[in-house]
Amino acid sequence: MRPEVALPVLLPLLSGALSLLFWRSRSTQRFIAVAGNIALLGVALWLLISVSLDDYVVIQIGGWEAPIGITLVADMLSAVMIVLTGIIGLALAVYSLASTGLGHEKFGYYPLMHLLLAGVAGAFLTGDIFNLYVWFEVMLVASFALLILGGEKAQMEGAIKYVTLNLLASVIFLTAIGLLYGMVGTLNMADIAQRLAVAENQGMVEVLSVMFMIAFGIKAAAFPLFFWLPASYHTPPVAVSALFAGLLTKVGVYSLYRVFTLMFDQTLGYTQDLLLWGAALTMVTGVLGAAAQFEFRRILSFHIVSQIGYMILGLALFTPLAIAGGIFAVMHNIVVKTNLFLISGITRRLQGTYELKKMGGLYRERPWLAVAFFLSAFSLAGIPPLSGFFAKFVIVRAGIEAGAYVVTGVALAVGLMTLYSMVKIWNEVFWKTLPEDNLVPVEQTVVGDDSRMVPASLWLMYLPVAVLALFALLIGLFAEPLLIIMNHIGDQLMNPQGYIEAVLGAEVGIEDVLVERLDEEMTP
Amino acid sequence: MEPVMAVAIGLLYAAAIFLMLRRSIVKLVIGLMLLSNAANLLIFTSAGMTRGAPPLIPEGLAAPLGPVADPLPQAVVLTAIVIAFGVLAFAVVLIRRAYEIVKADDLDKMKETDT
Repeated sequence: MRPEVALPVLLPLLSGALSLLFWRSRSTQRFIAVAGNIALLGVALWLLISVSLDDYVVIQIGGWEAPIGITLVADMLSAVMIVLTGIIGLALAVYSLASTGLGHEKFGYYPLMHLLLAGVAGAFLTGDIFNLYVWFEVMLVASFALLILGGEKAQMEGAIKYVTLNLLASVIFLTAIGLLYGMVGTLNMADIAQRLAVAENQGMVEVLSVMFMIAFGIKAAAFPLFFWLPASYHTPPVAVSALFAGLLTKVGVYSLYRVFTLMFDQTLGYTQDLLLWGAALTMVTGVLGAAAQFEFRRILSFHIVSQIGYMILGLALFTPLAIAGGIFAVMHNIVVKTNLFLISGITRRLQGTYELKKMGGLYRERPWLAVAFFLSAFSLAGIPPLSGFFAKFVIVRAGIEAGAYVVTGVALAVGLMTLYSMVKIWNEVFWKTLPEDNLVPVEQTVVGDDSRMVPASLWLMYLPVAVLALFALLIGLFAEPLLIIMNHIGDQLMNPQGYIEAVLGAEVGIEDVLVERLDEEMTP
Repeated sequence: MEPVMAVAIGLLYAAAIFLMLRRSIVKLVIGLMLLSNAANLLIFTSAGMTRGAPPLIPEGLAAPLGPVADPLPQAVVLTAIVIAFGVLAFAVVLIRRAYEIVKADDLDKMKETDT
């Protein structure tokens, strides 16, 4: 038994159930939120250590051998994603203590957050394609409820788009699973990989791979399927925005990586071109959308889209180095993007608005906040020696090596445009003097997240921001050991045989398992 | 049986997409309902339909006699139905709340968060 593979899923479920039991007691729920996420981070680190010792950690749920039962499996990629989930979960739990309004806490904010994290962790760990769908739905339902908590008009409008497009993606995903099962007769991803490689009807395999690409492309907000994201991510309370921005879209990216390196690696013919051009257009549209915005969180939302392009580019180039760069981009982006949203929440509390035009003067007032923003924003733009530089550096180098010059050029140009947006925020929020028509810091009664303004609790918001900004700096300064891990991930993903053998045991197909089982039952 | 099912599933998908492209949010949700039902039927059909052969093992034997229906797609469809039910219940409540707040059934009037 390897409990560390199942615990990252079970712990948030347990914390969620416990906080539901203490529905009326806010302070207990707050305690569980912090304690539960500390435990989650601890288990995630345990998993990371096990994976770095053993390469693959596998658990067969209920003792049913793969491919019959559901398998939970962690390779290096899953372990790194789980650790990031733990870090972001803990940062947001602490931040939420100060930023979440009474109205949200009363209506199940913390239980929903735990359930969302359980769904995310489950999606990262499962080795069964239908189980992946189930975890997506767990995650989605929790995110629906978090998105509309508060019931503002903008939230409702954003939620309708978010719900519709994500449900559409789920149905496409489910349809693809149905057709896939009809073709190969198994749901275990490792087993599917083996069978698809020898499938006769390769045309059908290509159709399926495009269906998975569309389904996960919607979830990851890739071009041209991203419209729901900028329409909804700036509407909920800021801690929820940060959680969505940091983790949710990255689950879509993770699934793309998993499915295309494991199951559809042999069909990467024109699907690879689709991914490549999709990645380029995602980068460009995202960054251009951001250039036109003057609202803090909307700029950041469009930049999520743009950054997703880099991650997909890493997958589309499909070399070990490119995949290492893509995963490096995912890791860097989860930390930095969450932090930028958290900073927007602090500036919102200080100046009462997200509109850049109405803000100003924070460099003089809060120099350390300005430093934290500077680190995160310039890391996002890819300025050395911060974390984003190395992500971009590796991807660009892989792009040049693979001969994809146009797309690589686009990636570099988009980096410049990102810098433009970040400088815009810097100038408007931190550099220029506060415009006279800004009547704050008297707290306004907009969204529920400001109803309980205690100045002393502000340090709870600063703490996670400071820690995440430090991470952005450290990822950049200690890029080499991290790159070694990323290269290891690249190798593992490009050579799925290890994953398949770890899940199925050495070269056992479904018939062999059935025959073995029958033999056991026949012999008294 | 399969050709009939295939046509029925195709019609369901088409009707669902058509409804989702309308501007009314009520039709949007009905479209989503049809869509998830279409997907469930598709799983059921694509796994192969076997009539009158439940996957039961007779007493005293270790394996069923002859070919039987595959129980796994049925389990999958059952799970999918439950999930779709929960999600659609949420969607119905959502459009009701949205109607109360925005005071319109028209998606074109819900443009505040675009631009």
